[in-house]
Amino acid sequence: MKAGRGQLRSKFRELTDGAVTGLAVLATVLVVAPLVAIFVYLIYKGASSLSLSFFTQIPKPVGEVGGGMANAIVGSAILLGIASLIGVPVGIGGGIFLAEYGRGTRLANAIRFTADVLNGVPSIVMGIAIYALIVVPQNHFSAFSGGVALGIMMIPTVCRTTEEMLLMVPHAVREAALALGVPNWRSVLSITVKTASPGIITGCMLAFARVAGETAPLIFTALGNSFWSTSLNQPIAALPLQIWVYAQSPFDDWHRLAWAGALVLIALIVTAVSLVRYVTSRGVLKGAS
Amino acid sequence: MGVGIEVINLNAWYGTNHSLQDINLNIPGNHATALIGPSGCGKSTFVRCLNRMHETNPIARVTGTVRIGDLDIYEDVQPVEIRRRVGMVFQRPNPFPTMSIYDNVAAGLKLNGYRNHRVLDEIVEKSLKNSALWGEVKDDLKKKSGASLSGGQQQRLCIARALAVDPEVLLMDEPASALDPVSTSKIEDLIFQLKSQYTIVIVTHNMQQAARVAEKTGFFLNGRMVEFDSTHKIFTNPSDKRTEDYITGRFG
Repeated sequence: MKAGRGQLRSKFRELTDGAVTGLAVLATVLVVAPLVAIFVYLIYKGASSLSLSFFTQIPKPVGEVGGGMANAIVGSAILLGIASLIGVPVGIGGGIFLAEYGRGTRLANAIRFTADVLNGVPSIVMGIAIYALIVVPQNHFSAFSGGVALGIMMIPTVCRTTEEMLLMVPHAVREAALALGVPNWRSVLSITVKTASPGIITGCMLAFARVAGETAPLIFTALGNSFWSTSLNQPIAALPLQIWVYAQSPFDDWHRLAWAGALVLIALIVTAVSLVRYVTSRGVLKGAS
Repeated sequence: MGVGIEVINLNAWYGTNHSLQDINLNIPGNHATALIGPSGCGKSTFVRCLNRMHETNPIARVTGTVRIGDLDIYEDVQPVEIRRRVGMVFQRPNPFPTMSIYDNVAAGLKLNGYRNHRVLDEIVEKSLKNSALWGEVKDDLKKKSGASLSGGQQQRLCIARALAVDPEVLLMDEPASALDPVSTSKIEDLIFQLKSQYTIVIVTHNMQQAARVAEKTGFFLNGRMVEFDSTHKIFTNPSDKRTEDYITGRFG
């Protein structure tokens, strides 16, 4: 009788174990499925419209078939370049301050709160703010203002992940550096930040990927451009803007180009992220944690 | 060359907790000195006052005088300067996880701006030989991370890292308490060799260890130093009843 009950209980445990594993697998599938679906659908819709001219030509006037998004690809690269130049150093610097110097101070708490609020500001509001601060005084739309809008949007993500990654570096590692007679600033830069760098880079990539697809902040700043322009002082084309304009248009040909643009945008983000990952992982040593 | 340490009226606090009270002692140069006592008695705090690591904690405070050689470390110099002269090995091995074995040993010099590669190579080799690790790692110096070594090897790497900056004093805060017996005996052999060149202060919970490696032993209790004498005297004929109770295992 007793043995029977024991068997029953172990059977029950096996079933529970199986059920929980099943739920975890189901959850994973639910998370991955939309991503895969988007990719497959984009390739299905967009790949057929991709051609060499998509990468080399600028948009054709309404009514003419063909044309490409070369100017938008270059424009997006320029905008993201400006954004990264602003967002990455300011964000990392802020994160270092929060984790290493300002811990527990009022100023740090205020900065942390501001960063979290900034993170929650709708992107369209960011666009209007930069419009008021840069575009209106200058009296023209520009690539520069678009880059600033995206850059400011990157700051809170980079800042908070940097802080969290730095706080994960064991106290013992900091002590080891200080006990060697290394000045504090040197220990922070060469030991703590370096130890946390894989996580910090992930944070930067997340921020980069997020703003790469932003359209709203660019409407009032970079504006978009149907012609070649690489000037920071002129309106500039960007992939998300171009996709937005083309997708709304009544022309089938433009719809196809919009799909292709979406595919290229995602491919560019994936390429940029993988490239950074590859470059930064080359120096990692055997057994490094 | 190791120098003597003179401690006069040293007091230390963590917040309102008066964790070291009126410590006075003379630690001889080129010898190993052990500090024993129950957990929380102030031994670790004491060694952390000898290289001014205690004050890296924002709520910590120190008063009193510590002379290392002829240098008053709380009057004459910046903490950074004194930490280059007084090396420290911690309870848990703490190699820099992203650095190679070579860079771990060279870290103290490199981070202070030293760049001569030939001299660095020599110092790294000498330090690793001094810490009895050279034979085990010489083929992977720049290939493997310091974190890839075993616990005992990591601790010897940390000793090499401390030796590379050529200190006069080596502080060891329970350096073997996280290690297995084989690694522990390697560390003890090492202390035995190193004390001819450095002044060593070792905190330990292991009384056999104190008896094996140290000429002098201090017994700490509740933030005070109860007794400081030759190791032999402390373990065979202590003057204070509390020391006797502790070493015979009646408490702590």
